[in-house]
Amino acid sequence: MNANAEAPNPAAVRAFGSERRKKWLRKLYRQRYLQLMALLGVAWMVVFNYIPMYGILIAFKDYDIILPMSQAPWAGLEHFKEFLTDDNLGNVIRNTLGMSLIKLIVGFPLPILFALLLNEIRSARFKKSIQTISYLPHFLSWVILGGILATWLADVGIVNKILLALGFIDTPISYLAEPRYFWTIVVTSDIWKELGWSAIIYLAAMSSVSPELYEAATIDGAGRFQKMRSITLPCIKGTIAILFILAVSGLLNSNFDQILVLRNSLNESASSVIDVYVYQTGIADGRYSYSTAVGLIKSVIALGLLLGANYVTKKLNDTSLF
Amino acid sequence: MFILKRRTPGEAAFDWANGVLMLVICFLTLYPIWYVVVNAFNDGTDGMRGGIYWWPRQFSLDSFRTVFQSSGIMTAMGITVAKTVVGTVVHVLFTAMVAYALSRGELIGRKLYMLIGTITMFFGGGLIPTYLLIRDLGMLDHFIVYIVPAMFSFFDLIIFLTFFRDIPDGLTEAAEIDGAGDFTIFLRIVIPVSMPVVATIALFHGVYQWNDYFTGMIYINETDLQPIQTYLYRVVAQASSNQMIAAMPSGVAVGVTSQSLKLATMVVTTAPIVIVYPFLQKYFVKGFMIGSLKG
Repeated sequence: MNANAEAPNPAAVRAFGSERRKKWLRKLYRQRYLQLMALLGVAWMVVFNYIPMYGILIAFKDYDIILPMSQAPWAGLEHFKEFLTDDNLGNVIRNTLGMSLIKLIVGFPLPILFALLLNEIRSARFKKSIQTISYLPHFLSWVILGGILATWLADVGIVNKILLALGFIDTPISYLAEPRYFWTIVVTSDIWKELGWSAIIYLAAMSSVSPELYEAATIDGAGRFQKMRSITLPCIKGTIAILFILAVSGLLNSNFDQILVLRNSLNESASSVIDVYVYQTGIADGRYSYSTAVGLIKSVIALGLLLGANYVTKKLNDTSLF
Repeated sequence: MFILKRRTPGEAAFDWANGVLMLVICFLTLYPIWYVVVNAFNDGTDGMRGGIYWWPRQFSLDSFRTVFQSSGIMTAMGITVAKTVVGTVVHVLFTAMVAYALSRGELIGRKLYMLIGTITMFFGGGLIPTYLLIRDLGMLDHFIVYIVPAMFSFFDLIIFLTFFRDIPDGLTEAAEIDGAGDFTIFLRIVIPVSMPVVATIALFHGVYQWNDYFTGMIYINETDLQPIQTYLYRVVAQASSNQMIAAMPSGVAVGVTSQSLKLATMVVTTAPIVIVYPFLQKYFVKGFMIGSLKG
């Protein structure tokens, strides 16, 4: 330590500072093309992500197409109050949560079970073929699947034909026209479409389990089910936890593409969910402010669910998203 | 490796039951599609009686012939092909380009840029604010609405980023010494050595573009600009066979009904994906794993 370091010469600091700035500018100049690449991406996000986020403000305004957004009069929490006292509220919440919960309870464990059983298939070629086939429905669009379902469930479709032949029903049923079948159709078709695809991530996790663990267990005389339960499952616990957090945070998300294809005016009482309600009031009825307010309530609750599920999973088994 | 050991009778029984179960799952996966395919290849009027399960009862190609003769359906197909090809190329190049810049440690402001992107994964504007933006940008009823709002995804950027970080520095440094600029390095070196991840993102985005009906539904009114999925949505979901009948050229064969025409259009729309995807499977499983490692 010398005296100079404790009481530096101001001129020297300035010189040093400007030297550093010069260096920094030179570095910036050298990477100008890299900066251009990055800033193009940032610019895209500002336009297509951040401007819509700012646009959420219309939820607190009375926006219509006559005045630009900035001049629209403030409405405070009026639109939020309107939604919370709306007659549709109960039905919309019931349908959204009902379908999501059934999907979570039935649809979440099934891919894990499928992956566990597929992992036990010994022939690599057989396993590969099953995988290829089981991923296929994921790549079909919901419009196509909607068409497939309409064909299956038609009056002369295979479902009615089989049930008639077995004597379960006397006359064909128009399944898509009856609200009470809607949830079953939604959950079943969703599982059919995504079972194989959702299993990929678990299979990937299983493939990284060390074979030595299984070897040791075999020597100790463990059976197949014991190995599944005591080795495979614990090893993919972290993956399950993360996907569970994501699934819970998505409880208010209906599969918009799916519902939009399968809903019609006859099954409306069972098919109107928050996402469809937002679409209906916003795009179809042009109630922009109201629809944005409903969407905002949903996003805030979804974020809360994400943080809540993350907290609980962290407490329970030390795995979390963040 | 595993110690080879004879299977106990219980284990053999389990293997058999498991194998049979898997075959049942495969059947349940494929049969619903097969049912639609055989009905599409059946004479439409005859098909109205139902009861065609395994094979066409009265084989007929008339529905398919009508699909390929309908200018409405063919225009929609053309839009779908165009948006898929252009959209995928633009999405992959643009997202990968931004990812490449962010993968370089020396980039000034890197942390800030990453933060800006990470926030977009948790918050969004939602349907209406996005719709109003697209409207204010004047993109309604323009082909560009399929491309520009979908040309970037921060999620895909992370997958690229994870891959790019593993590219040895020596590769890019050597090119720099040779005087190559950043764009040249990106296009000539980074992209070619990253083909697995490029193929993965291209497949995912390509399938998205091919299957997306929503964009065409809310942003496009012009019938000539709607993709085949939007076209089918209007026929399937709104059960308006009027559009299907309108699509029929005059002098259509007797055995073609709006239902059989719908089925044939569905088959034609889906066939490219079903044919292409098994070949790309090895890439996307790998890409999926890269993505999942990152979480």
